[in-house]
This record gives sequence, C-alpha cells and structure tokens, in this order.
Amino acid sequence: MTVRVQAEDFDVGAEYAALTAGRTSVGGVTLFAGLVRDIAGGEAVSAMTLEHYPGMTERQLEAIEAEARRRWPLDEVLIVHRYGRLEPGDQIVLVATASAHRDAAFDSCRFLIDWLKTRAPFWKLEATPGGERWVEAKDSDDAAAARWVE
Amino acid sequence: MRILYFAWLRTKIGVPAETVELPAEVTTVGALVEWLKTRSERHADALANSKVVKVAVNQEHVPYDHPLSPGDEVALFPPVTGG
Repeated sequence: MTVRVQAEDFDVGAEYAALTAGRTSVGGVTLFAGLVRDIAGGEAVSAMTLEHYPGMTERQLEAIEAEARRRWPLDEVLIVHRYGRLEPGDQIVLVATASAHRDAAFDSCRFLIDWLKTRAPFWKLEATPGGERWVEAKDSDDAAAARWVE
Repeated sequence: MRILYFAWLRTKIGVPAETVELPAEVTTVGALVEWLKTRSERHADALANSKVVKVAVNQEHVPYDHPLSPGDEVALFPPVTGG
C-alpha cells in the first residue's frame, strides 16, 4: 500500500525503479503522470495551486487503491499526488500499477486516475491574466469514473 | 460540532473552520447545510446552490440524508478537481 501526498516533486524513473526492485513476478507496469497545462478553457494559466483536505485525502486514496486491488491482481500500486503552488510543466500526480500481465496494469491504472479525479478531496486554483479562478469539476470526469461502476 | 470549509466555500465564507452549537432539530447533513445558511449573508451566498456543495462526515463522502452524531467532523466543499 503506497499513497503519498506531498508538496515536493517526484522522479518518475526513481519511482519506477523502486516499484519493480526485486519484483520478478511483475510482467508489466503502467505509469500515468499528470502535468500542469499552460492553457485551460482558452485562457493562459501561469500557475496552479492545489488545496486538499489532509487526512481525508490519504484515506480516500487508500480506499481507491484497495478497490483497485480488489478488482485486479496487482503486485504493486503507487499513487503520488502533489499539493501547493505549481507551474505549467510541473508534475501533479503519478499513478503506477504493476502486475503479472498488461491488461491488469493498464486497466487498473486508468481506473485509479478516473476514480481519484472524482473522489480525492483536491481543488485547483488557477492563476490567469483575468485573475484567480477555482477550476470547476467536469462532467467528462464524472462520465469517465462512471464507466467503472460495477 | 466542528465544520471545515475548503476551496471557494472557504474563501466565500471567510474562515477555514468554525465550531457551532447545533439546534436539536438539525440531525442530518441536509438540515445542517440549511441551518448554516442562516448564520450570515456570506454563508447564505456560499451555500446557495446545494448541487455544488459536497459534504464529508468523518472524512467519508456522504449524501444529504446522512445522519449527524455529536463529535462528527463535518467538511463542506465544492466538487473535487484533483488529478
């Protein structure tokens, strides 16, 4: 069980190496890295500040990981999510799954990021030329998560 | 009861948290949101559209008919936008 909520950046290569070290049963790893874009809704974004609910965030991410492990045979799961002030190009989130076979690794990684987006208590505040604005939840994110409802 | 606010609910209401004494008739999350609206104009404005006011009790997402118990940690926030 590995869930980390942190202000610091992460190194995808180092995380991948740690995930697979000594794990000779792993046949495939899927990694998803989310980055800060420089444009949103047609407006330039100069910075993004992520607020979260300490305690609940970790609890919800652990519940999401447990659900993924219930659905797929996974050797390892890693979720790293940053908070605080980020700039375009910065990494926001890393989700990695390791399994004996690729289907479980691909599907569970997609599930984790889709569910995380609608359940983990994070909120994004964007800085734009027109001022700061809170990002609104997208119907497309709800639809992506709904695909995984059993 | 301790109430926490996040994101634009926090900035609109003006505080990150407050402790309130609930009237006996406020026994559900939905009743709490209605009661909080009466505390000030800022509360009423922030909580006006309940579709975008989500609630967690003891750090779990709950619907508006969820019952409240003394000592619960209640958080109000907009739909989440992480990832």
